[in-house]
Formats: sequence, structure tokens, C-alpha cells
Amino acid sequence: MNKKLCIAVSGLNATDNPGPGIPVARSLRESEAFSDAKIIGLAYENLEPGIYMPGIVNKTYQVPYPSVGSENLLQRIEYIHEQENIQVIIPNFDAELHAFITNEKRLNDKGIATFLPTLQQYEERHKANLPAFGKKHNVLVPKSITIASANDIHKIRKEFVYPVLIKGKFYDAYVAFNEEQALMHFNKISSKWGVPVIVQEFIRGTEVNVIALGDGKGNTYAAVPMRKLYITDKGKAWSGISIDDDKLLKLTYQIIDSTKWRGGMELELIKTNDNKYYLLEINPRIPAWVYFAVGVGQNIPETLVKLALNMPAEPFTTYNVGTMFIRYSWDLIVPMEQFQILSTTGELEKN
Amino acid sequence: MKLKPKLAISDSGFIFDPSTGESYSLNEEGLIIVQFLKEGKNEEEIKEHFLNEYDIDETTFSRSYLDFISMLKHFNLIEHE
Repeated sequence: MNKKLCIAVSGLNATDNPGPGIPVARSLRESEAFSDAKIIGLAYENLEPGIYMPGIVNKTYQVPYPSVGSENLLQRIEYIHEQENIQVIIPNFDAELHAFITNEKRLNDKGIATFLPTLQQYEERHKANLPAFGKKHNVLVPKSITIASANDIHKIRKEFVYPVLIKGKFYDAYVAFNEEQALMHFNKISSKWGVPVIVQEFIRGTEVNVIALGDGKGNTYAAVPMRKLYITDKGKAWSGISIDDDKLLKLTYQIIDSTKWRGGMELELIKTNDNKYYLLEINPRIPAWVYFAVGVGQNIPETLVKLALNMPAEPFTTYNVGTMFIRYSWDLIVPMEQFQILSTTGELEKN
Repeated sequence: MKLKPKLAISDSGFIFDPSTGESYSLNEEGLIIVQFLKEGKNEEEIKEHFLNEYDIDETTFSRSYLDFISMLKHFNLIEHE
């Protein structure tokens, strides 16, 4: 089926801050519908491991970072499309999502489908907008404020009881137990990610995560809750276990129904000892642990591609509980020639 | 007193709580108590078993039993009554 389908994925980095591209490609390779699809890798760096891994992508093209301008990225995508006739793109890199969301029509007009949240969905779930999001969609969220200057650190004392979380608008979160630590974390985060910096109430409990897929009409097509068992110093899950939590699944269905979420997502929540769930974050894309969902019975990338192409798709209703995933690192031996071809031509054919 | 209904308890004393993903290891005596609780036995019945089968007096058993039950409660393995 669909032997000539061409699907492009980005986020081929499998570092200690892994991108979802490799597990997305692996999920498609193992799917019933798209195992014979041609998978094109879109790489921002020439050392992203997915470029060189056997059996992942058929061909990789280097693409410019969206930070140099989304027009450059779009033109490069259009060039690749002329070569490969891409039917679907699954962007997996946070910084590129805005460019793909805002250029959905332009891509569609060229015959390239995406299945991403709308700009409104993307914007309203931003960390800085979380309190309004919680109110609008009837979800508990930790109290939070944004601060744009070190002079505002004193505001924390008036609004919160320490400890608090100091979070970057895209990445990074540190616990501050007093004003000095809050200032230190503010300076570190604002110099790296800019302002505003988010100050968030510290909720005690267990962190739980859900990977989910919404169809854009309020229906949940997939949802797998997971508890991280081992977390790296960058806060990434290195090991996790699928859990049976009806309340968490109902909350996921409610969020997708209320937001009419379209595409993949990851919910990050804290479950308190009195069984309340506080939403910490919504990542508006498939997370890097997506292959775990496939492993417990829900091939989310396969269903996402079906929805993107308006193919018939069935929502998943079950998954295996009590299954674990454990990541590992692996040294890949790469002939210099491959690196050289990619570096000089911006393209690398793998088979 | 009732154990959480979905707990998976293996013969080797490994308990898995599917609602939290937590797992626990029990020693032989802990496993016996948990299995008795699963069967719906009360404290008196469990005590009778231990006093008959083990070299233990009633006071020591009751103290250890209470310790163990409070640990199960602490880990939310007992259903709220």
C-alpha cells in the first residue's frame, strides 16, 4: 500500500536532548500502511545521527535553521519537494513549528500535507499563557507569572511561597528556594532563551506524561500515559513505564475536545498526593518517546499520516499497561565519505 | 481493609501498581500478608496464621503488622475506606 508515498521528517538528533525524528521514522517503517514509504530526513546539522543510521531515512537533505528566516526554510522545502514529491511533512523540531504552521496553505498548495495544531492552538498553550489556557479549558494549572527583568524578582515574594520554578519560555526549568537562587536562575535562563521568564508555583507530586493525537475536531485518536522512571540531567525521559490511569486519560480527552487539538502533542502534568492533576506544559508536537506508544500498541505517526492525507483511520482505545522503555546510546561507525557528501552537497542518499 | 484492586502481585513478591507505574518488592512474610489481604482476610485471621506458623508472640506480631500496614497506606496500596 502507498509504495510511492514520500514522507519528510525533521528532528534526526538522537543526543541527550533527543528529537522525535528517528522514532517517528522508525514507527512509519514498522507501520502496516507506510512501511514502504520513502522517508526523507530534514537535517539542520550534519552530525544528526538519524542521517547515518541504517534503516531510518532513505535520503537526507540539509535545511537552514528557521532562525535565519522561514522563507529560506520554505524555499529549501520546495526545492526538496521538486526532487522527491513529498506528500506529508512531520516537523519534529520546536523552533520550526511556527514556520510550518503559518505556511500550511503554501505547502498544501504545492501538494504537501501537514497535520499540525492551528496557530491559535499553538499560541494559547505557550508556557507564558498557561493560566489563561487553564481557565479557558477548565484544567488545573500551577499559578504562574512572567517577569521580564531582574528588577521584578522581588515580585515573587509577594505572589508565591518559596520554592518556585523558574522556567525559560522554550526550555529549562530550575527550582529556586530563595530570592538569590531565583535571580541566579533568571539570569541564566534569560541570557540563553530571552525574556519573558516564567515563575511558577512549585506543585509537589509525581510527574506524569501523556502522548496524544487529536483530529482537529475534538476527537482523541491516540493517548498513552507514561511515568518517567529515569530522567537525564536535561530533564529528558531515559526510561519510562506505561500506566493505567483513567482520570488522566479523561483529562486528555477533555483537553483535546475543548481545544479541538489537531496533531500530536505531549501533556506534562503533576499528579498530587490527593489525586489532582496540574498541567505544566503542552508540547505541540510528537515527543521523542513516541516509539514507546508504538511499542504498547498505538502507532501514532502512522495514524497522523493517515489523518493528514484524509485516509480512513481508527482511533486507538487500548494499550499495554506496565510496559517499559529504556533508551541507550550506541556508537555508529560512519565512513568519512558519507559525512563529506552531506557536507559538500547538502544531500545524502542512504540506499 | 482492602488492597487497591488493580495491583499485580507475583509469587516472587513483586508488586506492580499499574495506576502509578510504581513497583515494590516484598519479603516472604510481607507477601503472605498481602496475599491474605487480597483474599479478604482480616487482621485476626492473619494473626492466627502467623502465631501458628512462626515463632512470634502476639505483641511483636501486632507491632510489625501495624508497621507494615502503615507502609502500604503510605504507598497508597490500600484502598481508601
